[in-house]
Amino acid sequence: MSVTTIHDIGYRNYDGPRLGRRFAIRSLYTHSLRGVFGLGRPGKAKVLPFALFGLMCAPALISVAVRLVMARLAPGAPPINLFPYRAYVFDLQAISAIFLAAQSPQMMSRDLRFHVMPLYLSRPINRGDYVFAKLAAMASALFILLGTPLLLLYVGSLLAKLNAWDQLQQFAPALGGAVVYSLVLAAFGLCVAALTPRRGFGVAAIMALYLVSYGAVTIMQGILVANTYDTPAGYVGLLSPYTLVEGFQTWALRQEHVGLGYVEPGPGGAVFVLGVVAALALGTGILALRYRKVS
Amino acid sequence: MTIVATRGLTMRFPRVTALDRLDLGIEAGVVGLVGANGAGKSTLIKILLGLLRPSEGDAQVLGLDVRTRGPEIRARVGYMPEHDCLPPDVSATELCVHLARMSGIPPSAARERTADVLRHVGLYEERYRPIGGYSTGMRQRVKLAQALVHDPALVFLDEPTNGLDPAGRDDMLGLIRRIGTDFGISVLVTSHLLGELERVCDHVVIIDGGRLLRAQDIGAYTEATRTVLVEVADGRDTLGHRLAESGLQVHADGRQLLVDLRDETTYDLVRDAVTDLGLGLVRMEQRRHHISDVWQERPA
Repeated sequence: MSVTTIHDIGYRNYDGPRLGRRFAIRSLYTHSLRGVFGLGRPGKAKVLPFALFGLMCAPALISVAVRLVMARLAPGAPPINLFPYRAYVFDLQAISAIFLAAQSPQMMSRDLRFHVMPLYLSRPINRGDYVFAKLAAMASALFILLGTPLLLLYVGSLLAKLNAWDQLQQFAPALGGAVVYSLVLAAFGLCVAALTPRRGFGVAAIMALYLVSYGAVTIMQGILVANTYDTPAGYVGLLSPYTLVEGFQTWALRQEHVGLGYVEPGPGGAVFVLGVVAALALGTGILALRYRKVS
Repeated sequence: MTIVATRGLTMRFPRVTALDRLDLGIEAGVVGLVGANGAGKSTLIKILLGLLRPSEGDAQVLGLDVRTRGPEIRARVGYMPEHDCLPPDVSATELCVHLARMSGIPPSAARERTADVLRHVGLYEERYRPIGGYSTGMRQRVKLAQALVHDPALVFLDEPTNGLDPAGRDDMLGLIRRIGTDFGISVLVTSHLLGELERVCDHVVIIDGGRLLRAQDIGAYTEATRTVLVEVADGRDTLGHRLAESGLQVHADGRQLLVDLRDETTYDLVRDAVTDLGLGLVRMEQRRHHISDVWQERPA
């Protein structure tokens, strides 16, 4: 018979390093980023983010597969471009919109709804740091979602032995566009989520705002374009997150316009740059105000 | 060592003055902070954590100014909030590891400290289950654990026994006492129940309407009074008359008699009187103050 004794070794003090505020912000960032993809949370929390990630990458994989097969079957034929870099994020916006609507509330609403904030605020970070870490985490998660398929397209084109420099010239601006999409969408999603402490409301509110703004913009653009008011139709794009960033890309990255209407080069494009800056400022401003009162 | 010091600390909100020129000097040890609801306890704690900027006056925690060194203070101080503050979908272990890192503890040390602290507060197998399924007592333990996980020099415990049944309350008070003695962590614990604090605190600070009412060693509050309390089975009045005839000051108080203690002979007089009258003596003791007497004594 073996006798097990539990020795109470008493309380041990900690005299190792204390890494302070920057480490705390980084910890909150990684914790939140992992949380968006359900890592460190129960299994069912991983289903939706990974399913959406798979859906987002599927067209790129198909495109790469077709290219590789065609390169083998008909060498020398002009490459088939099923999904150009430029339009990828915009054309598949429904997927990233669902991702944003589903994951923003879990990132923001939970801490508000269950009054977890005092546990964060009684630590070395301050309110601004909290908001910053959350925004950075959401933007990074979106960039992973939007950038990975672009990277797959690029790697696929290299495997199909297309001109690497030529491809890079298309890939790099699209990736830059994905960064701006990530920032604007994160600010938009977290803002709405922070104002709707119940998770279900948050999901519904983000989805509704996205659908209504995008729907309204598309309808207005359709009417304007039908009446040959192409330039005003382009400006209407300022009113919805995806068309806003799309307009920004058209100008800033000298890319062909993907949405409806016409975005003129020069002063017209500057309006979209201002629009993006204003959207980011507004989003972070609302978040900062929202969290100033939280205790 | 003074762990908390305030001078002329004032906090005015648009409609109410929560703290009114409060001067405090709190020494290391287990210190009770007593006040009715709305007396300014939680406001004081928030100021001491550097989360609220006082309207006037100064405050230092562990020698650090609350206005300018909030993050440093919060790295060395633990805080157990009064209200429920736990997310339901993570386990106690996950929450404490995360919060230890938020306090600046490196990852591997955070896991080690979490395991230690959860064991000390009395959470064992259940620490791997989501907090949503915990009882109130277990949740209070998790709240306490997260306040200790970074081995602070000082913890603020805001109403830690709220919502606990008598057994849970005893356990929590025992733990608080151990934090002060065995763990070597100073404790500032608030309560509106004075009896609880009498049991665990070295000092008690009483604030009322945002002002300091009294701050003393617990012994000073509960020192012996010059009154002997006598209880007999029957015949309280008979005994009362007899003692009054012997020249003692006697007051009736319910089933008991309060006899002013003149000197050691008072006890003999009471004993003899009881024996002469053939009464059954239930209790005779020198009466002690309770902290709650402070409330009755305070100026209106």
